[in-house]
Amino acid sequence: MVMETKIATDKLRVSFGKVTVLKDVTIKVHRNTITGFMGPSGSGKSTLISVINRMIDFENNVRIEGDADIDGKSILDGSINPIELRRRVGTVFAVPIPLPRSIFENIAYGPKLKGITDRTTLHRIAEDCLKKAFLWEEVKDRLSTSALKLSGGQQQRLCLARTLALKPEIILLDEPCSGLDPISTAKIEDALSELKSEYTIILVSNNTKQIARISDFSAFFYLGELIEYNTTDKVFTTPAESKTEDYIQGKFG
Amino acid sequence: MIDRAVLKEQFVKWVLVAFALSSLLFLFLIFAFILGEGLPLFLKVGVKKIILGMKWAPTKGYFGIFPMIISSFLVTVGALVIGAPLGLSCAIYLSEYSGKRMKILLKPAIELLAGIPSVVFGFLGVVYIVPLVRNYLGGSGFSLISTSLVLGIMILPTIISISFDALVSVPKTYREASAAMGATKWQTIYKVIIPSAKSGILASFILGMGRAIGETMAVIMIAGNALKIPTSLLDPLRTLTGNIALELAYATGDHRLALFSTGVVLMIIIMVLNYIANFGIKRKIAK
Repeated sequence: MVMETKIATDKLRVSFGKVTVLKDVTIKVHRNTITGFMGPSGSGKSTLISVINRMIDFENNVRIEGDADIDGKSILDGSINPIELRRRVGTVFAVPIPLPRSIFENIAYGPKLKGITDRTTLHRIAEDCLKKAFLWEEVKDRLSTSALKLSGGQQQRLCLARTLALKPEIILLDEPCSGLDPISTAKIEDALSELKSEYTIILVSNNTKQIARISDFSAFFYLGELIEYNTTDKVFTTPAESKTEDYIQGKFG
Repeated sequence: MIDRAVLKEQFVKWVLVAFALSSLLFLFLIFAFILGEGLPLFLKVGVKKIILGMKWAPTKGYFGIFPMIISSFLVTVGALVIGAPLGLSCAIYLSEYSGKRMKILLKPAIELLAGIPSVVFGFLGVVYIVPLVRNYLGGSGFSLISTSLVLGIMILPTIISISFDALVSVPKTYREASAAMGATKWQTIYKVIIPSAKSGILASFILGMGRAIGETMAVIMIAGNALKIPTSLLDPLRTLTGNIALELAYATGDHRLALFSTGVVLMIIIMVLNYIANFGIKRKIAK
């Protein structure tokens, strides 16, 4: 089957001051797949994510070289509006950050910013997104209660639902399950596996087992370099690099 | 044998405790003193005749301070109408938009504004604002609007610094989450940051009100001190604080006691405001 490229970087190099955290990374992420980014901390995987959603704009003293594009169009060039880009590229952070508002308001936030004000439409979006994030059954009777009252796992699914409400093309998840219990983790993984038919998903995780379970492609980063990138099957059964093998087997990281 | 160092340690601790408690003692003494002097007249004349009385002629047995209560209320609201939007805008600019250099320039300026003696504000009010109001709006210039304007500027430092603290304490993650959902900076400020900092911002307004209602010197210089309820922005008025400061020097007997009664009313109003402000701040911390 021929894979369409959704996101591509070309010799992407990112430095904070004098420290280079991403070294000439060239990678093609395919449409409607889950791609797992793994690697020990400091490997540059989160930095790569922050280039794709341009959250890197909030950091000081950054230098970016090379290129990154979505659908063949550069996202680093000056004509790109980062605010519009972030509506196409949804992000779920490691620590769930519900806004201090109701469950419903958290999901309606993005659509409202886009100018949708009709209550019925917003409620339909909320229901739809909460169902996709496997959270609807747990919260359907208390949409107006504060999102801060949800458990950690529920909050993270709310953040996923909130991201879906933006109708993005790409979903970036930066270690979304790092603080969650196994049951919540399983629910998020189930949701992601269903979602990939509609979205292109990048999952950053330190948990190699999780990457092996749900991703189609896996990339291994080490000290800012892309060491290996292939189908998850290949990476986990016959890794080309010994570093990848060591990492997967838990010898370092 | 008891170690000398331990003894010394104990000694220092108890001295510090004594000093710390002394502020409580002073507060208690002030309360006791004002209540002791101010309450007898309430018992003699009646609470209603003082608080709701319209006529103030203490040498003739009229102790009504209702016009002054209303006047104090009006200048305080007036100060807030001017100071709140200005102060909040400044705090938002400082916490969300300004660069390091602008902060270095603005923060000391705001602190300096807080340090300017109120008589200087009053002086500037008399020399500039009163004539401006007289020439362009009419009346004598000594008026509700002039007083509100000067008080509005005087409470700015309080509003700015407390609102600023409330705004910067909103977690950075909220800003990131909002930005990641495609919100612009202003949308984030308006929809996430201000609502999150709401209780601190309200506390800053209430403490600003406390400052405005307690201000005396600048007010006597600009307000005109007339003994009636103002009916327009250009009317002169007399506040509770102004009443005490103007008459204490020559008051004797019941007149003197009446001024203490004015003080009791003022103290209760300020206590209520402080209580509300503290409640707001505590609720924020509890969250």
